[in-house]
Amino acid sequence: MGFQNSKHGATRSTVTRRSFLKVSAATGGGLMLSFNLAPLAKALANIPGESAIGAFIRIGMDGIVTIAAKNPEIGQGIKTSLPMIIAEELDVDWKDVRVETAPMDAEKFGLQSAGGSTSIPRNWDNMRRVGAAGRQMLVTAAAKTWRVPESELTTASGVVMHAASNRALKYGELATKAALLPAPDLKTVTLKDPKTFKVVGKPTKDVDGPAMVHGKPLYGIDVSVPGMLYATYEKCPVFGGTVARANLDEVKAMPGVRHAFVVPGTIKPGEVGLNAGLSGGVAIVADTWWQANVARRKLRVEWNEGPMAAQSSKGFAARAAELAKQKPEMSVRSDGDVDAALKGAVKVLEASYSYPFLAHATMEPQNCTAHFSNGKMEIWVPTQNGANGRGMIARTMGIPEKDITVHMTRAGGGFGRRGSPDPMIEAAWISKEAGAPVKLVWTREDDMRHDCYRPGGYHNFKAGIDGSGKLVALTDHFVSFGSDGKFAGSANMGGNIFPAEFVPNLSFGASLMPLGTPTGPLRAPGSNGLAFVFQSFLDEIAHAAGRDPLEFHLDLLSEKRVAAPAASTSGGPQAPAFNPARMRTTLALVAEKAGWGKRTVPKGTGLGLAYYYSHQGYVAHVAEVTTTSSGQMKVNKIWVAADVGGQIVNPSGAENQVQGAVLDGLGQILGQEITIARGGTVEGNFDTFPLLRMHQAPPVEVHFQLSESSPTGLGEPALPPTLPAIANAYFAATGQRLRDVPFNKPRDRDVRV
Amino acid sequence: MAYTLNVNGASHSVEVDEATPLLWVLRDILDLKGAKYGCGAGLCGACTVHIDGAAVRSCVTPVSGVGTRAVTTIEGISDNPLGKKLQDAWLEIDVAQCGYCQPGQIMSATALLSKTPKPTDADIDAQMSGNICRCATYNRIRTAIKLAAGDAAKKEG
Ligand code: FES
Ligand code: FES
Repeated sequence: MGFQNSKHGATRSTVTRRSFLKVSAATGGGLMLSFNLAPLAKALANIPGESAIGAFIRIGMDGIVTIAAKNPEIGQGIKTSLPMIIAEELDVDWKDVRVETAPMDAEKFGLQSAGGSTSIPRNWDNMRRVGAAGRQMLVTAAAKTWRVPESELTTASGVVMHAASNRALKYGELATKAALLPAPDLKTVTLKDPKTFKVVGKPTKDVDGPAMVHGKPLYGIDVSVPGMLYATYEKCPVFGGTVARANLDEVKAMPGVRHAFVVPGTIKPGEVGLNAGLSGGVAIVADTWWQANVARRKLRVEWNEGPMAAQSSKGFAARAAELAKQKPEMSVRSDGDVDAALKGAVKVLEASYSYPFLAHATMEPQNCTAHFSNGKMEIWVPTQNGANGRGMIARTMGIPEKDITVHMTRAGGGFGRRGSPDPMIEAAWISKEAGAPVKLVWTREDDMRHDCYRPGGYHNFKAGIDGSGKLVALTDHFVSFGSDGKFAGSANMGGNIFPAEFVPNLSFGASLMPLGTPTGPLRAPGSNGLAFVFQSFLDEIAHAAGRDPLEFHLDLLSEKRVAAPAASTSGGPQAPAFNPARMRTTLALVAEKAGWGKRTVPKGTGLGLAYYYSHQGYVAHVAEVTTTSSGQMKVNKIWVAADVGGQIVNPSGAENQVQGAVLDGLGQILGQEITIARGGTVEGNFDTFPLLRMHQAPPVEVHFQLSESSPTGLGEPALPPTLPAIANAYFAATGQRLRDVPFNKPRDRDVRV
Repeated sequence: MAYTLNVNGASHSVEVDEATPLLWVLRDILDLKGAKYGCGAGLCGACTVHIDGAAVRSCVTPVSGVGTRAVTTIEGISDNPLGKKLQDAWLEIDVAQCGYCQPGQIMSATALLSKTPKPTDADIDAQMSGNICRCATYNRIRTAIKLAAGDAAKKEG
């Protein structure tokens, strides 16, 4: 971690090459050093007539520059934005740039994953230096050609110039020579003054746009390999369950079916999570995917479901209500004297909130194509973390990692789902057993019922307000999931959740319920539920204190009342402490843009605000909500202000991410809930797990507040404030609190298929 | 069963079971990957193609029901001037995030504009609400449709 982070006290000055290699192996860094060690490694495909300048850049004689996009593209725009940063420092025009997805190769490209909105903060400095090193090599090549000092040379738009002699050489003319030069030390290359940026900061269209609108094959599901068969895979509805018996002969007799077999699975009893191993099930391999699925309708499996089959959402809710009456099993944080402060309070408020399990529901269902042959495995997959899947294949199947090649395709959405290795290990296993290249595609129902869900949660609050309307005491008993004092995946709550440190007497405690269903990160993990409950309850407190929510929050954010504890662990590689001044500025900006307190809205319409700090981003929303004649909640508009640092790399992509995250949150609050029954997932498709649709999507107006900080990612931080802003606006419109989301709770949905 | 399909102006013979959805014939037999699988149940619109100019969900359209009618997929929509305008508008507005739903969106939008050259917001809601965008690029989809519609109107006037 933190090689790009030297100014924050990381290890740059003290690390030797050898030890840095070790560090990078442990953390997935290593990008910069590997660039130094292997400057001429042609990591991009070797194309005649083009020269590789380091691992990331290839320049053709025609001046066309091909730049490797190192990280997986899942719709967050990184395939466009990281190459933009290289192009900027390389000093070429964006129109001359072509982008290729990098092969998976940690030595050359470092950590190649998407998650936690970390791609920009982790790579901003690195990518700049890679581009600057390329430029440096071209300058050196020109200096050698003309026998002039490098200091007399300048560059612009892919040309090196020597003003004194009025000479110029295009990069395309210098590339062959430059490629033979040793790469400069990335630490010392000269970076541009950001004020002179020509590519970074300009709205730039997605590099795959033309291929997309013409329906070109870009995604994992579009992969074709010669001789490929198609697979469908039926797993136990209860996680970790295995096959007791299956009518394979009947399935094998169906048209087009080549193979049908039981996969035993490798998950040990009691282990939960998609990284726990290969889930057991029945694989059907056929000439076409449709045939495989027609045959699957004939499949009858008797499962060993295991003890988790007793679990249900109803049971969780009942147990959570019992636990709420007891003392928390464990303390998460404790400041001051909450009991005394509540006794002394002029007003005491109590409220319980809950949020449901959620599926990722990426538009492109999970899929993977695998080809095992001669001891080697080749994989094509839409993934957020190919290295994770490769590791699982290696461990599970005993294939050395070096014999597993992974091709990352564009992914039809990720949202955290594709960090898990399950489609990869399943396809790999099936290909080996079938003895052919196999494309495994999950049905939508497979995808929705075998997810690592955003865990539900229950929060039980108490607050005390003093005579001046200040919040003086706050408690939360969080009933969550996990066992032995350990939270389940993404079901945790840190001690630094706002307003911790801003309330003198505060205690957070938690109680856990065992869970047999895998859970994991969904866009803004943790924050996506916590923001809803905390920002909603704070709004309740503001109203109970008789204060305008904006005034209440600006006041609350004005001073820290408790010293910060040890460093926070959430939010990316650097996770600097929460800076309330940045939050205040952002909140004030969105309030101004939305006309908070400045305009009247019709009766039955209300404005609500909320804000949250996550993934190093400061984001504040105002929502305007009304109700329809049928009692449905209707959001008229959402205003957003975001401070994600001093530089928006691609304003077009950035705005798109914010709008998408906000509307994602709106979809969640309207009607999304995953129900567990008999240990499995009830919902299977978009009829019961409704995603937001066009007619429900209001305009989202986005403003960026530039600050002094280094740029951070934007896939996630705009989501958390959405739910509470809407819920608070709904309260302003109707006088009713939304304490249990979604708004449209599914009824009577307790029968598992 | 053998079927002769007219896809993007070309004739193709395929040998598949009669219940096979058009989507899987296009994707896995004819290797036209533009129409996407999202739900398989007519719920998301990712698989939208045109049959005789009307938008249909190819995932729930059995191949046996297609007959000799003209099938148009995203790969062939540039030949339709409205389709081309919409593709250009999509690029101009930089609509996509992951992009997976966008072929279906463009096919639905083309059907919309061919019936309603200057759609209101309500028209857009009505026609486009069958197409889910999980990345929620709805603001930009709306803008791009309006851009294409404005352009179309200008050329006509
Ligand atoms: S895949 Fe056809 S409507 Fe969803
Ligand atoms: S752009 Fe991702 S689903 Fe629409």
